[in-house]
Amino acid sequence: MALAPNQPLHREQAKIMNRFDITKRMVARLRHDEAVIGGIGYSNFDLWAAGRRPQNFYMLGSMGLAVPIALGVAIAQPQRQVIALEGDGSILMQLGCLSTVAHRAQKNLTIVILDNGTYQITGGQKAASEMGADLIAIARGAGIKQSAWAADESALEEMIDVALREDGPWLIGCRIDTGKPVDTTERDPARIRDQFMRGLGVRG
Amino acid sequence: MPLDAAGPERTWYEIVRDVLKQQKVSLVTYVPDNVLRPLIELIESDPFFTAFVTTREEEALGIVAGAWMGGVHGIVLMQTSGFATLPNAIASLAVPFQIPVLLMVSERGTLGEFNIGQALVARTMRPMLDSLAMEHHTLSRLDEVEFIVDRSIRQAVATQAPVTFILSPLLTGGKVFQK
Repeated sequence: MALAPNQPLHREQAKIMNRFDITKRMVARLRHDEAVIGGIGYSNFDLWAAGRRPQNFYMLGSMGLAVPIALGVAIAQPQRQVIALEGDGSILMQLGCLSTVAHRAQKNLTIVILDNGTYQITGGQKAASEMGADLIAIARGAGIKQSAWAADESALEEMIDVALREDGPWLIGCRIDTGKPVDTTERDPARIRDQFMRGLGVRG
Repeated sequence: MPLDAAGPERTWYEIVRDVLKQQKVSLVTYVPDNVLRPLIELIESDPFFTAFVTTREEEALGIVAGAWMGGVHGIVLMQTSGFATLPNAIASLAVPFQIPVLLMVSERGTLGEFNIGQALVARTMRPMLDSLAMEHHTLSRLDEVEFIVDRSIRQAVATQAPVTFILSPLLTGGKVFQK
């Protein structure tokens, strides 16, 4: 990504946005049955609330595995764009996967990090991302060169469009607030998996 | 190939490679291990497979789970201590989502282990597999490798359940202490 003026260098320069609002905006940019993997907790609750797409996968448990799952889907279906939607606490738990995504140079993969600096679902304890760890700098250091903070909502929409159009891997950092999610994902793993596989055309 | 066929007997890793190909298991993610090295080398030299190293076993399992949902079957290669990091991912991803991930574990910690940490963590493996009610088989005889791996992959797919293959030092020779 050529660094445009609307992609700030540092986390502190990015606008704090609302999780549900930007999730809706992101989903609205999807035109080609892109797969979206929602990480645990509020990340996938608001994805669920943003509309029941059959190409959405909602992870329950297995904290930190949204990016690996998305990478697996992207490897299996290289013609489809795949997005991993992951929280800051979750990605901090599985930072090694960023270097795997980088060495795979997975063209059809975009990682969107929702960073509110806290473990919100467990009571708002501070995460390392609020104490100096810059996830975009970490991603670049891991080898994902096309990593940047979204300055604001319109910058995010623009970045999503570019990521879906041009070769990845991409990683987009979004600072978000600590707003409550709008809904709660239905906890039926077998059904979620089956609908996702049908949404990806693996089962008819 | 039946055992009485002409030609040299296949090694365990040649058999595993052949069965994976027959069963269209084309994705291999692994955390390196010395005993698995010949299998990894065979797989990486065969264009049928997409194989690559990951930083953790959990990550390797997540990739194979995602690939299955996208229509590609895969297997995770690791050693015993790596398996010990997996119960949460098995219990919250592979089992409840009914994803037939295949796990192959090079068994350390027994039959001549020299590292006390390996010996201790190895004892958690089978109790963990049993408490997860997860299908698992120990491969200790060359003449059983093909049958066990082939049938178990078919069963994993048919029943939408993960399976673990444990490679015993009786089969592989294990890792030997050298000063």
